[in-house]
Amino acid sequence: MSSTYSAVFVALVLAAAVLIGGYGLRISRTTSDFYVASRSVSPWWNASAIGGEYLSAASFLGVAGLIFAYGPDMLWYPIGYTVGYLVLLALVAAPLRRSGAYTVPDFAEARLESRRVRRMASVLSVGIGWLYLVPQLQGASLTLTTVTGAPGWLGALLVAAVVAVNVMAGGMRSITFVQAVQYWLKLTALAVPVIFLVLAWRDAGTPSLDGAKPAVFSSDTNVTVQATVDVEVQTPVTVFVNGVVDGRSHAGTQVSLGAGRHQIAAGAVLDFPANSIVPQVITIPADTNAAWAQPLGGEGHGDPFYVTYSLIIATFLGTMGLPHVVVRFYTNPNGRQARRTTVVVLALLGAFYLFPPAYAALGRLYTPELLLTGQTDAVVLVLPSKLVGGTLGELLGALVAGGAFAAFLSTSSGLTLSVAGVLSQDVLLLRGLRGFRVAAFFAAAVPFGATLLVSGRSLADVVGLAFAVAASSFCPLLLLGIWWRRLTPFGAMAGMLAGGGLALVAGLVTLLVPPGTGLVYDLLSRPAAWSVPLGFAVMIVGSLLTPRTVPASVNRTMVRLHAPEALGLAEEETP
Amino acid sequence: MTTAVLAVLLCVMTLAVLALLWRLRSLYRESGNAVDRATYATLHTAWSAAPPLRAGLVPEAARRSAPHLRALLDAPALALTDGERVLAWDGVGEQHSARSLEIVGPALANGRSHVTRVECDDLECPLRYAVMVPLHVDGRVAGVLMAYAVEASAGLVRAANEVARWAAGQLELAELDRSKQRLIEAEVRALRAQISPHFIFNSLTAIASYVRTNPERARTLLLDFAEFTRYSFRRHGEYTTLAEELKSIDQYLSLERARFGDRLHVTLQIAPEVLPVAVPFLCMQPLVENAVRHGMEGKVGPGRITIHAADAGAEAHISIEDDGIGMDPERLRRTLAGEPDAQTGIALGNIDERLRQVYGDEYGLVVETAVGAGTKIHLRLPKYRPGIHAD
Repeated sequence: MSSTYSAVFVALVLAAAVLIGGYGLRISRTTSDFYVASRSVSPWWNASAIGGEYLSAASFLGVAGLIFAYGPDMLWYPIGYTVGYLVLLALVAAPLRRSGAYTVPDFAEARLESRRVRRMASVLSVGIGWLYLVPQLQGASLTLTTVTGAPGWLGALLVAAVVAVNVMAGGMRSITFVQAVQYWLKLTALAVPVIFLVLAWRDAGTPSLDGAKPAVFSSDTNVTVQATVDVEVQTPVTVFVNGVVDGRSHAGTQVSLGAGRHQIAAGAVLDFPANSIVPQVITIPADTNAAWAQPLGGEGHGDPFYVTYSLIIATFLGTMGLPHVVVRFYTNPNGRQARRTTVVVLALLGAFYLFPPAYAALGRLYTPELLLTGQTDAVVLVLPSKLVGGTLGELLGALVAGGAFAAFLSTSSGLTLSVAGVLSQDVLLLRGLRGFRVAAFFAAAVPFGATLLVSGRSLADVVGLAFAVAASSFCPLLLLGIWWRRLTPFGAMAGMLAGGGLALVAGLVTLLVPPGTGLVYDLLSRPAAWSVPLGFAVMIVGSLLTPRTVPASVNRTMVRLHAPEALGLAEEETP
Repeated sequence: MTTAVLAVLLCVMTLAVLALLWRLRSLYRESGNAVDRATYATLHTAWSAAPPLRAGLVPEAARRSAPHLRALLDAPALALTDGERVLAWDGVGEQHSARSLEIVGPALANGRSHVTRVECDDLECPLRYAVMVPLHVDGRVAGVLMAYAVEASAGLVRAANEVARWAAGQLELAELDRSKQRLIEAEVRALRAQISPHFIFNSLTAIASYVRTNPERARTLLLDFAEFTRYSFRRHGEYTTLAEELKSIDQYLSLERARFGDRLHVTLQIAPEVLPVAVPFLCMQPLVENAVRHGMEGKVGPGRITIHAADAGAEAHISIEDDGIGMDPERLRRTLAGEPDAQTGIALGNIDERLRQVYGDEYGLVVETAVGAGTKIHLRLPKYRPGIHAD
């Protein structure tokens, strides 16, 4: 394990975050230079900043982990994250900018002229933010445990503490420049190791997966189980065990595992011979490599059709409701720049997502033991040191770990800042700097507490839940608010409560109970496919039932939202 | 384990909801004896009529306050008129509304209460007498409150007089609000026109000195000068974007630097995130002008000015700092309390007042200063407020 180098890299990333937070970026220039510079943040900088804030633990670790376990169906995650941006730009970004609203609660108040709708949107916004923060902290724990063997809560605590202190001290505000650098840091941390991995793979004679078999150990492999797992053995295998298996203690003795279920206790070390089939943790279907590589093939991750479409709906429509995303568009000085920025964002996200599938495929070949331990999210972290080896491998592993921490920190700080803002203003009703600090503490402390409770669901799955809640509450609110004149405060509140509220409850239930299978579990763990239409339907019906409460100034608001600024139509109302 | 956690969470939430309900109930539960309750009910009715009246004597306000005023008098009908038309009619017998203007004349003319018999063909109609009380606002009669009843008892006349006086008090407050608003607007106009003759003279001299040696610079400076004056003299719109305000500041500073040369050091640190925020027009530029004046005044060495704008969640935080002569805190307090003196000018007090009016009292200016220790002014601006758009 690359523990020393990794610890140093992670410590460096954390220290840099604290220093930038404490001292700020002392890049000050004389008047006109700086002013001109700040006026025209170029689309490239802006797009990098968006990418830096947007690419979270789910993208850095989770996507590769899911593809590694469940196959190419999971490619819908990166596609959805990317397309969500396009939907946001096409339908929402420009009108929202014209409305002057900085957050979805702002928009709700501006459009519907109701403090109560604003309140509800604020509560949901905080809920979505927290749901999105949990996997970031989970990822931090996983990374630190994997690369240094630290206890499970330490990584989450470090990230939560650094982010909370920075936000409280007023530093590490989503400074465009910092976030932009984060994107390139993450891309480097993911891309450079891939080059070496591919070289090492070619060096080994480009071995390929055997389609007829499930995942097999490519060499004699020594597996340490960190948390107790139930595994399904398909073909009997003889292993050396040091630890507890099926309730019996072994000390380096030879044990033959027959077909069927076995329980391996935490701390057990198992030696598998080369070419033996990997016993897989029971929540991951033991498909053959051919079925794994087939879209909608094998047993997949729940019912493949339902899961795929639910995922598509959640990610395509959820991006627009994430608390930290929309604000970034405001940095563009005009609409033209905003469109160019989006094109660059799509290119940058696309480039980034080329790499996780490479990790997933090579992981299937070289680190199949993660299918046994169930820690599939760690595939990106483990692969470099396993495949390349030596000091170079350790350095590459450390680079990946540092990049992962950069991902957790950048996304978490943007989110914590947004959540703290909404929390102090609309939920806790605390004014002033003190109020903001108290809110910042809660904004980071609650998800940290939740991380300790949450059972082992994959990072990208939990992020998918945040998307699902956003898609079923804020997407109807934004789309109907912008494009439908007859929306009423009552309809909006009913729709958000029905869609977003139920999706949130369903998500929380699946977070707190152990992973299961079956249609009911699928419906609860991926609610988007039913909760988004429900949110839209309730919002429309609720509005049609209360036609007399359509805000009086809806026409003026609509002109403001839709007339291009250059026409000056919106000015007439305020002579 | 997880079931236990869920159960505990559920219990805690149920307890919290019960506690909230209990508190609400105890708040709303009636208490005290009959007199207390009557006093409370009267005060509450009077209070309900107050907010609409604070908008002045206009039809909408009259319509919304009339039911509460009628409830106070316990009369079957009540009208409010400004002498030219009936602004509101509340209660029965609206057919009398049109004729009420005919009988209101004496009360309007001599500003005293009158009681008149009302002619009515309907024998069932309860409106037999009208008590008319003028509403005195700023020494003139702004309108008349008319209470209709079966008979004009002394009690009704007395009550009507008191209610009219109370309503007139609210209307005077409304008048006060309006004049306060007008004063602020006048001050903004004064601020716009406040470009000092010295500044114009100094800028033009500085530009003239470049015309031969550096025509290109002279041209740029002239354009800056033109743009700066255009922005400052702008007539429409109460709000602008932070970017526009900063642009004007930049032009102002480039003119000042043409005059002071290397002596004036300016540092701007602006987070691009806050540039599109809508801000009150001229809420920063006069402060920068003050900073230049204080920072460079009576000094031979260089002066340093730092302008900082950062993103802070739902707010933008701005600070303007100079290392000049500073101010006496006591004098500053008087300026902010509305007694400007020659040195501090009206800018500081006006900006403070406008920020408080637009965003609420907690958003006033915060100034750190002492004699000889420079000045640092902090502004906090919410990024979003309903109804505030940059024009």
